[in-house]
Amino acid sequence: METSELIEKLILIVTLFAVTLGIAAYATYFERKVAAWFQDRIGPDRAGPFGILQPLADGGKLFFKEDFIPDAAEKWLFILGPGIAMFTALMTGSVIPWSTNLTLFGQDIALQVADVNIGILFIMGFLSIGVYGIMIGGWASNNKYSLFSAVRASSQMISYELAMGICVIVVVMMTGSLGLREIVDAQHGMNWNVFYQPVAFVVFFICALAETNRAPFDLPECESELIGGYHTEYGSMKMGFYLFAEYVSLFISSAVISTLFFGGYNFPGMDNFEGNTLAILGVVAMFTKTFIFVFIFMWIRWTLPRFRFDQLMHLGWKSLIPISLINLLITGLVIAFNEGWFK
Amino acid sequence: MNTMQSLTDRKKVVSKKEMTFMEKLYLPAIIGGMWITFKHLFRKNNTVKYPEQTREFAPVYRGQHVLKRDEEGRENCTACGLCAVACPAEAITMVAAERVKGEENLYREEKYAEKYEINMLRCIFCGLCEEACPKEAIFLTDRIVPSNFERDEFVYVKDRLVEQMDNRIDITKRQHTGKRSKI
Repeated sequence: METSELIEKLILIVTLFAVTLGIAAYATYFERKVAAWFQDRIGPDRAGPFGILQPLADGGKLFFKEDFIPDAAEKWLFILGPGIAMFTALMTGSVIPWSTNLTLFGQDIALQVADVNIGILFIMGFLSIGVYGIMIGGWASNNKYSLFSAVRASSQMISYELAMGICVIVVVMMTGSLGLREIVDAQHGMNWNVFYQPVAFVVFFICALAETNRAPFDLPECESELIGGYHTEYGSMKMGFYLFAEYVSLFISSAVISTLFFGGYNFPGMDNFEGNTLAILGVVAMFTKTFIFVFIFMWIRWTLPRFRFDQLMHLGWKSLIPISLINLLITGLVIAFNEGWFK
Repeated sequence: MNTMQSLTDRKKVVSKKEMTFMEKLYLPAIIGGMWITFKHLFRKNNTVKYPEQTREFAPVYRGQHVLKRDEEGRENCTACGLCAVACPAEAITMVAAERVKGEENLYREEKYAEKYEINMLRCIFCGLCEEACPKEAIFLTDRIVPSNFERDEFVYVKDRLVEQMDNRIDITKRQHTGKRSKI
């Protein structure tokens, strides 16, 4: 690898890292603001104008809290838990293409940290590892609530990963590639997957809610029964990491949904632009779509009550998986028909 | 079979019917719910931004007590102890003393309260002391008892209870409300 390429990738990684963390921090702020708006309140407005320094205040407060490890906890796993949660949440962002190539100093720069040809599998893999953060943290806490939460999180993950995977397969079948760049390029202009696969989109969206442990599927946290669930025993920045990881994965999930179903950086009328203008507009389009989904995630959280656990299992195994399987079958038949297999 | 007749008309028939297909889909209900929350985005909020804005108290608000003086600046209280007797929380204590010559401009009658203490942690702000007082000496006002770190600081003695002549406390709102119509 050339030095210039190395530097380019490093800059890209650092930028993505900073942007992801910044967005996650401000997602906590907007979560509170959005909640307030939905409930006819004002929300945080004391730290800085309109309260925009609130994330800094929250972070600062968490840093100064006592970093506490309970006696009965498994010390190293207890520390490892939040680390895994944060690491996996941040890793998934690396394969998402943020826009078309940018030309700077006579070099083509791909706005994607790694164009892995199995991009979507990479994301699914890391999303599944994400639950280890919760499981290890919940188990190592040596607290019955945390353990319950860990069990719930893992069983929820297993039930919803299947339907999610099948929806991804449908998109992959339509594109013929596992690489996210190819999937996005196949949705050029307004040719978005959501118009061809609305059912897959709805199922994928519901599963994404469950995967990120957001309401109405936030059973692992479940303040009313599990007093906070897996982060019951956590304090200080370890707790902060768990909360932060949730917002990072909220952002990444929104980005993945826009990539898979809403054309990523494609926007109608994009053929009129080219070069760097197109790349910058693409970034704007991508982030607009992502933020709309972040807002919808929050909107759902502040509207719907939490599912009961049996309802959650029922929905996952008896509804979403059959629906996505039928959708897969029909898509397969249509593709085969178009390719002329039945002639 | 239950032949008992219900004594009230509050009986409700509870049915547990199977959900229809549309209800089982959840989505129409979810979209309906989200529409309701969406409408709330554009509503006016009801927040009173407290330190900058304060809300007007009700005229009958019962806050921190005041021991009144009359027009000439003499204390009304005669240390009869009726307020302490009336107090359900036993928050009031006092020590009576006899007025000596030369103190006529300080105390209205021959007997006065040498010490008068209200424990604001015990007080439940019911206003019975005010109602018991025959001399119009004690009133509850619209002032809030401030918070403190020390328990002892909540025992208010005379220098915090008796009003200053240059800073008189308006209690007319309390005089015109409730059962108080005597004088």
